[in-house]
Formats: sequence, C-alpha cells, structure tokens
Amino acid sequence: MGSKSDFENSLHTLFTRVFGENASLETFRRLSGGASQETWALSGSGEEAILRRAPGGTSMARSSAAIGLSAEAKLISAAQDVGVPVPRVLHVLNDEDQVGDGFLMSWVKGETIARPILRNEEYATARDVLAGQCGAALADIHAIPLESAPPELQTSDGLAQIAQYEEIYRGFDAPRPVFELALQWLKANAPAPRPSVLVHGDFRLGNLMIDESGLVAVLDWELAHIGDPREDIAWLCVNSWRFGQSQNRVGGFGQLGDLLDTYNAKTGADITSKEIDWWETLGSLKWGIMCMIMYEAFRSGADASVERAAIGRRVSETEIDLINLLEAAHA
Amino acid sequence: MHDQPSVSELVQAVKNFIDETAGPNLKGHAAFHARVASNALASVLRDLEQRPAQESAEAARLIELLGAEEEADVGALNRKLSEQIRAGTLTPETPGLLQHLKATTIAQVEIDQPRYSGLNTAKS
Repeated sequence: MGSKSDFENSLHTLFTRVFGENASLETFRRLSGGASQETWALSGSGEEAILRRAPGGTSMARSSAAIGLSAEAKLISAAQDVGVPVPRVLHVLNDEDQVGDGFLMSWVKGETIARPILRNEEYATARDVLAGQCGAALADIHAIPLESAPPELQTSDGLAQIAQYEEIYRGFDAPRPVFELALQWLKANAPAPRPSVLVHGDFRLGNLMIDESGLVAVLDWELAHIGDPREDIAWLCVNSWRFGQSQNRVGGFGQLGDLLDTYNAKTGADITSKEIDWWETLGSLKWGIMCMIMYEAFRSGADASVERAAIGRRVSETEIDLINLLEAAHA
Repeated sequence: MHDQPSVSELVQAVKNFIDETAGPNLKGHAAFHARVASNALASVLRDLEQRPAQESAEAARLIELLGAEEEADVGALNRKLSEQIRAGTLTPETPGLLQHLKATTIAQVEIDQPRYSGLNTAKS
C-alpha cells in the first residue's frame, strides 16, 4: 500500500461512495484486537461503519484454512439471511477503492473482551442468558444452506483435523508426550460423524459482540468450513476459552445443558454433553498446536516480538487441560 | 566467577524497570508488550528456581517408566517416551504413565502460568 495520506484519501472516497455524496468521513481510528486483520472505525455525517481489511491491505491468510475477506463477507450475508445476529455488510472492497482486501460493515455496539464480559456487574444478566443464546445462534449457523456458502469453504471433519494438526506438529520435531497421548486417544475414540453443516470455526468470547442483554453479533468468520456441528459447541467449551472461569463449561459463563437444550430444540438434533468431551479434547490439542505455530514464528526468526516468544510458554496450559480431560475419560 | 548481582537479581532488576519505569510510559500495543515481557521475566525467575529439582524428578520417573539407562538426558528420554506412546506401547492404562505426565505438566505450568485455571483443576 502507499503512504498514509493515500490511505486517508482512499478512506474519504470510500466513505462517500458507500454513504452518498453528502456524507463525508470525519473520524477514523484503528481498533485494538484482531491480530490477523485490521479493524478501523469510521464515522462522519451521522453515519458509522467498521472497516475490516487485510493487514496493510494485503491478504495474507492466518492459516491455510482461513477463507478470504470477500468470502467472509458473503458468508456473513448468508448468516444474516437465516437470522444469525451479525453486522450488516455494507460494501465489499474492490480495486477501485484502493484500500486493499476487505469489507465495510455496520458498527455494532458492545463488548468483545472476555474479562469484562465474565466479571463486570453490567453483564450479569447477559451471562445468565448467553449459553441459551449461543445455542440458538449455533443452531441458526448450522442451518445455513450449504449451497449458499462461498465455494472457498473447505470440508474438514474431526479425523481430517487430527491429521492436519498432527502433520504441523510433527513438522516442528519437538515431541510432547502429552500431545502424543492425546493424538492416540482421539484416534482410538473418534465418534461417528454427524451430518455436515456450515461450522463457524472460531465461536468463542473475543469473536462475539455482547451487550447488557446478551449476544448481539457473531464476528470473525475467517475459519468457517464445512464440518461436524459438535466442533463449534465444543470449541466454546475449551478451557482456554473459559478465561479463568473453569466452573462454567460454556465460555466461562454458562452450562452446557442450557446450550444443548436450546440447540437441540431448534435443530431437532440429540447431541449429548458426553459427545462434546471428544471434541473438547480435540479443541485443546488444536489450540496447543496453534500456540506452537505462533511460537514457531519467533523461533524461525520471522517475528522477533516478545509476544510470539512468550506464547510458546502457554502450550503447557493446553497440556494440563488435556491431562484433566484424559484423566476424566479414564476415571 | 562472581555472582553479585546473580542472574536472578539481574532479571528481577530488569523486570522492576519494565514494571515501574518503562511500562507506565508506554501506550497501546507497546504497553501490552511490556506486560507480556514482564510476565516472561517472571517465568524466567520461576524457571531458574524450580527447574533443577523438577527436571531431576522427571528424569527419575522417566528412567523407571522406560527402563532406561541412568545417564540419559531428559530430552532424549522424552523423545523415547513420545515414540512409545505413538507406537501404542504405552497407553493411558499403562500404570504410572498418566501420573507421570500429570506431575510433569503440573511442574511445567507452575513455571509457565501458575495462575492458569487448569492447574487448580489438576491439583484438586
């Protein structure tokens, strides 16, 4: 991309193109969070929008499984059509915009950071209803017709994910006995697959917009794929995504029974909490290997930041979670 | 060789500088990185203090589990353990395996992230 002033000029032109000739951009600021994509808040002439674009405008998928930003925009529209709470896509960036790859969406107000959502009094009511709301939202996501999904979406069930992550892990040649045991256990105990649905792929606090009354938008569809519905439910239960509130299996805020009651009632499925155990174990293993991938960026010299170095010392968090899960499975 | 200040004292001094002087003067992403850096140094201090005893206890357990030679180093023993788990020679039912992995992982998380919720679960 060009200089900052080129970017500014392009933003002004974009804002007017989307909101009309009488609209002019007054303020824009980069929001924190979103390591893989840039998020900008734009406002002016009484209009507001969020710009989600590739870092520096250039697309660089955070993993081989990530879909592009234009596919993400299509998916968000498909989700809206079946009633999933999502931001409204206002405009998909094209070459003429000169802002890079990405899209403009409505500015949904709320909180995404887990700590205040799980601890602050203002979200007490939200916490009470959130498990059921997540069950309803996942039921709707899993009801998105596969034919309306963008063709970029890959198909990946549980065993395919084990193979994919095992290959990455083996590539590091840094054996971890706990991961070896988890891999063997997962392969030996794999459940029969359920019919494939559209899976969000990263449904957890951080990617959910929450206000005082609960869930207002499901964000970050970058890791969406076709797969097993239990993957999304279990990912929300992975202890890393309970942010310290281990006693609440669903995201640190709710109980799995509440989520499943709503989910099963809406979908007609009969998913049990016992079935979620295997997928939660896979989720912890995947997050552990993702942490190894991020540390590898430091080890290889690609990213010298202390953040990338230090995340290598979080792999052991997933190891202790895996030990707890394996111990429970063999109690 | 001298050890005044010791390695631990020097690390503690740098951590103090980050926490009390540099960190409060930083904003945004740099302030976040300062907190990550401070936490990393806290891990270094715990590693210096706890690793020697924990690693020799780990080695002793590995030697017994694997029936290995006394002088093998922990890295080589863990590689051998990983191979045997992968081959299915050692399983969750193998007496002592889960207990060994749990003890080793608890010791590791005590160094890396002692406030992690999963650690309390494991110890309860």
